[in-house]
Amino acid sequence: MDYATLLQILDSTLRLATPLLLACLAGLFSERSGIFDIGLEGKMLAAAMASGAVAFLTGSAWLGLLAGIGASLIFALIHGIASITFRGNQLISGVALNFLASGITVLIAQAMFAQGGRTPPLEGNARFEPMALPDAATLTDWAATSTVGSVLVPILRPIVRVLELIDAGLRAVPLFGELYSEVLLGHSVLVYIALLTVPLSWWVLNRTRFGLRLRAVGENPAAVDTAGVSVVGLRFAAVAITGVLCGLAGAYMATALQAGFGREMTAGRGYIALAALIFAKWRPVAALWACLLFGFFQALALRPDVVEAVVQVKVPVPFLDALPYILTVIVLAGFIGKAIPPRAGGEPYVKER
Amino acid sequence: MDRLPRWADVVLVPLVSLFLAGFISALVLLSIGQSPVEAFNVMVDGAVGSAYGWGYTLYYTTSFIFTGLAVTVAFHAGLFNIGGEGQAQLGALGVALVCLSIDWPHWTLALAAATVGAAVFGAAWAAIPAYLQAKRGSHIVITTIMFNYIAAALLVYLLVDVLRPDGQMDPASARFPAGTALPTFNEIPGIRAFYAILDSEGVQRVSSKGELMYTGVPANVTLFLALAMAVVVWAILWRTRLGYQIRAFGKSEAAARYAGINPFYIIMVAMLISGALAGMMSVNNVMGEAGRLLQNSSEGAGFIGIAVALMGRNHPVGVVLAALLFGFLYQGGAELGLILQIPPEMRIVVQGLVILFTGALDMMVRMILTRIFGLFRSQRLGAA
Repeated sequence: MDYATLLQILDSTLRLATPLLLACLAGLFSERSGIFDIGLEGKMLAAAMASGAVAFLTGSAWLGLLAGIGASLIFALIHGIASITFRGNQLISGVALNFLASGITVLIAQAMFAQGGRTPPLEGNARFEPMALPDAATLTDWAATSTVGSVLVPILRPIVRVLELIDAGLRAVPLFGELYSEVLLGHSVLVYIALLTVPLSWWVLNRTRFGLRLRAVGENPAAVDTAGVSVVGLRFAAVAITGVLCGLAGAYMATALQAGFGREMTAGRGYIALAALIFAKWRPVAALWACLLFGFFQALALRPDVVEAVVQVKVPVPFLDALPYILTVIVLAGFIGKAIPPRAGGEPYVKER
Repeated sequence: MDRLPRWADVVLVPLVSLFLAGFISALVLLSIGQSPVEAFNVMVDGAVGSAYGWGYTLYYTTSFIFTGLAVTVAFHAGLFNIGGEGQAQLGALGVALVCLSIDWPHWTLALAAATVGAAVFGAAWAAIPAYLQAKRGSHIVITTIMFNYIAAALLVYLLVDVLRPDGQMDPASARFPAGTALPTFNEIPGIRAFYAILDSEGVQRVSSKGELMYTGVPANVTLFLALAMAVVVWAILWRTRLGYQIRAFGKSEAAARYAGINPFYIIMVAMLISGALAGMMSVNNVMGEAGRLLQNSSEGAGFIGIAVALMGRNHPVGVVLAALLFGFLYQGGAELGLILQIPPEMRIVVQGLVILFTGALDMMVRMILTRIFGLFRSQRLGAA
């Protein structure tokens, strides 16, 4: 395998890891607060359908994204009502919502567009296109077309100049320059949002009062309750964050990774994200590496020619398709360290009377 | 909180949950521009309005009894087996290997052997997640889901590269020998009278070979195997030491451990029985209907087992009734697609809603009912 092929695979690794990462962080907030959520898959699917449909109808990927987050939030809210308010079985609630999403997305897409349960293909602004670094030419255009632009551009111009210099400098580094330009650049804005969510999640969980309480409510809700903080409120907040992040993941699937929604398009990614979460031991930065690893395996599954060239044996494609799932089981089997979930995970909190 | 009377807990709670699921389904139908009343009529007509409809409804029911029992046994041990789908697909492989192995002289022998094959393969596929749960604490929900995907990939590989006969294009095994064909309802003496094809004067038609003609339906003798398994599961769970241990373990792992029940043994045995039952479902569809192994043979029946078990309150009698209900839903749902062009995914929506209301929101239903009962009770006290 030559360097160019490796870069291609790493490039698709990053693209395929993005929905996993967003879903994994989504699950992280929910599970750290003590609410198991195997409904990540369903939320992603609902978001993918809503964003695909709205992006097509409005021609705006951003409105699609909002719709996706909204759809995912509705599912998150139902999960919250079932598992927090009515103290139902969280696993069963998640499974139920996955089925509900799997069916209803196809029904609605079929009722709206009559294209076999898909949304129509997206193009232009209805999709998140690869993002380009701002250069001097875009700034000049902006200054010429808008009044806000004409005010801001003189301030921004030096910053862009510095960015351009850094960009040129990075490109000039041997080997890394290609990695930088081929793998790191040229993704949709959601990929970078996903990557930024990692340090943000770390900061929220470990450096804010909210994060401390969130982690506490997942380990010992009675203590949080005794301290006068609402267990129900915290858990609903966590479930809502899960909804937003799953919405991003689903919208990314339909408006960036692919051009439109197709039935069952998430293909188990919600479950792989859960496995990545366990692999990462419920920590944000580790989640990034876990998702990149699972993304790498998904990327390999797309390139049987490369895999065969490396291992020198003909590998059946179904085996490659199953590889992320097999690896997940091996990871879950605990061959790589022991994973200890949040102590109060899965147990509804009953206030003592 | 007041307690509900036992009859209300057993009968009323599932019925109210079912009503709520039906109500939301009706709203879904309205929102996609369909009439719920018309849809319901089409479903009743298509699923239970004729002997032909029953022939399909009971065919689906048979599969759902197996998968519902599978989920039930695991539930009683406190385990949530979502892997019924994968276990059923492996069971299908077991059925196919048995059927293709020799030229079976009679269907009874083939049925016995294929049932064992299905059970062994299904149990084997459940054994790995069970072992990982029992020994390494890997979450059985996620491992069984992963095993569903792995099973699907494994079957694609086997059907495309190994079992597919030379010169055949579609990924499927060879046709099973004639000796493995199970009698369907239109072939069983007595029952087949319902399936007689009549001419305009009400006289049964006769084929060119001089045989009486019947309408073909997929429901077959496996239904009786399924009902027998419901009795067996009941006997195991409530009439044996093992069943007592399984239920004790499911109620309280700590107490069971203290009473000397071996957790590893219980998890393994419960999951092996569960996997075997899920695998046996494939006798119905692979051997009884398709006559060869196809891709995705179980068609989601493994997942429906979850809804069936929850709806049936994890009791074999309830499972059989709930399986009948879902058989109706599946056959009726297929008719919806044919007559009203409602996508078959409507069935998955109803399935999800039933699981949601019976499994996750049952506390809500119970709270509502308790309040209503409390109202009646206070009125009676006031009157006295």
